[in-house]
Amino acid sequence: MTRSAILPARGPADRLTAIFWRHPRVLLAILLTPPLVWLGVVYLGSLAALLLQSFYSIDEFSGVVKEEFTLKTYGELLRPSNFDILVRTVSIAAAVTLACAILAFPVAYYAARFARGHWKAAFYLGIMLPLWSSYLVKVYAWKLILAKEGILGWTAEQTYTGWIIDGLLSIPGLEGSSLSTSPIGTFMVFVYIWLPYMILPMQAALERVPNSMLEASADLGATRAQTFRTVILPLALPGVVAGSIFTFSLTLGDYIIPQIIGNSANFIGMAVYQLQGTAGNIPLAAAFAVVPIGIMLVYLGLARRMGAFDAL
Amino acid sequence: MLSDRSPLSLRAAAIGGLLFLHLPILLIFLYAFTTEERSFQFPPPGLTTQWFGVAWNDRPDIWPPLWLSLKVATIATAIALVLGTLAAAAMTRSAFFGRDQISLLILLPIALPGVITGMALRSAFGVMDIPFSIWTIVLGHATFCIVIVHNNAVARLRRLSGGILEASADLGANAFQTFRHVLLPNMGTALLAGGMLAFALSFDEVIVTIFTAGSGTGSKTLPIWMLDELIRPRQRPVTNVVAILVFATTFFPILAAYYLTRGGSETAGMGK
Repeated sequence: MTRSAILPARGPADRLTAIFWRHPRVLLAILLTPPLVWLGVVYLGSLAALLLQSFYSIDEFSGVVKEEFTLKTYGELLRPSNFDILVRTVSIAAAVTLACAILAFPVAYYAARFARGHWKAAFYLGIMLPLWSSYLVKVYAWKLILAKEGILGWTAEQTYTGWIIDGLLSIPGLEGSSLSTSPIGTFMVFVYIWLPYMILPMQAALERVPNSMLEASADLGATRAQTFRTVILPLALPGVVAGSIFTFSLTLGDYIIPQIIGNSANFIGMAVYQLQGTAGNIPLAAAFAVVPIGIMLVYLGLARRMGAFDAL
Repeated sequence: MLSDRSPLSLRAAAIGGLLFLHLPILLIFLYAFTTEERSFQFPPPGLTTQWFGVAWNDRPDIWPPLWLSLKVATIATAIALVLGTLAAAAMTRSAFFGRDQISLLILLPIALPGVITGMALRSAFGVMDIPFSIWTIVLGHATFCIVIVHNNAVARLRRLSGGILEASADLGANAFQTFRHVLLPNMGTALLAGGMLAFALSFDEVIVTIFTAGSGTGSKTLPIWMLDELIRPRQRPVTNVVAILVFATTFFPILAAYYLTRGGSETAGMGK
């Protein structure tokens, strides 16, 4: 009696396994179909609906959405009051990104190069926990800090440095009765909330800078500053760009922070929120929402060219 | 020889940076005990524990949002676990046509600002006349939770040697037995970590939720409740008590996720 080297199929499960083995594409299709259907229908479908609505317009007299193709709604974005919103949002996103990069660098550099053992874990958790902990709780914490009677005002009073805050609040364009009603407050909270998103990719990039290169640089007579400028910075740049994708994109779309802290100057996110809600102007809200998509696609394209995706 | 000791100024700046990230959150705890309920006066004029009792007994408006948030986070996490694992299993296989595009598609819901995801879903519900309900909230949450599970699972699958799957097949196991007895035990902690991060993310989400929840009182999640309290405050310390609860509900899953995946090159949570 001869025995086959291959076990006979014992049931449908074995037969399916044989099919998977002979046609790996069948298994691939089975694995990919559910997530692709979900993302394709729910997410891409929604984005398509958004794009579609942005080409509709609203009848100015009746307030009814006219469902025919027009570029009129996009034209409205160029009106000075709307264009201001776009400029303001992009400027604060750029400023926040820059501030995050500067603040993140020492933390990322120390964590990547010097922290060892327990300190390494402490730094890792120390960055991870604020990143993941509740967004609203963090915003609320800053409302406590920046309030006129809050801890910052109290500290300034105790140290006789209240004039610094008063000075900042009297700068034209940044006025407010306290930091929590001034654009400075909005900026500070943005920087705080998105800072961990900058530190993590930066740290990952810095960890990949080989020590031997730093030693070589020192052997060749470079000072610390020269090594930093000519070796570390260029090698860490993809990480900085990767981090900036998050800080820039997240600031671009946020509408909760400017609503709670600041002088309620309008940002893209707030415009979208208000237009779709109380104003009921869905086409214009959709057009506003398409702007960050466009900006981010360009940004992602540039970042990709700078090798930022490898640093993610 | 390169010095292994850091310059003092760098160490100070690094530790300063960490303190900057953590001190604000501690204030939330302090203000839950203040006797002053109308302003954010610092230092608190007096300390009391009464607000915990008030939140428990006298504020029935806290409970329905809390249950809704837990329900939404649980369902969204379950969906994300299935879809994220399937996607990860497909993506770690050999290259196929469109792989990069699919990977971008999975990443997109968290790479684009939340307001876009929210507005896009809202437009779609509008175009298709879908009424707002708990399911519209779940739809949005599951979409951006998929990537969290996917990232954790992909990292673990990459580290897993393909040899053990072949060994399992050589020993006569079929695909389902291999999944049940070889793949699942090896991926368990990564999936648990991914699931917990997804839960924390969903439980806390507000930016997308506002667009997908509608305005009915029954569709208020806990973060939306908190946002209302921030805009129209009453009994401010009660908001702090709830903030502590929200903080704890996200803090412990994150900590657990860290310990579950520690030691690998793929520690959980590198990308939110």
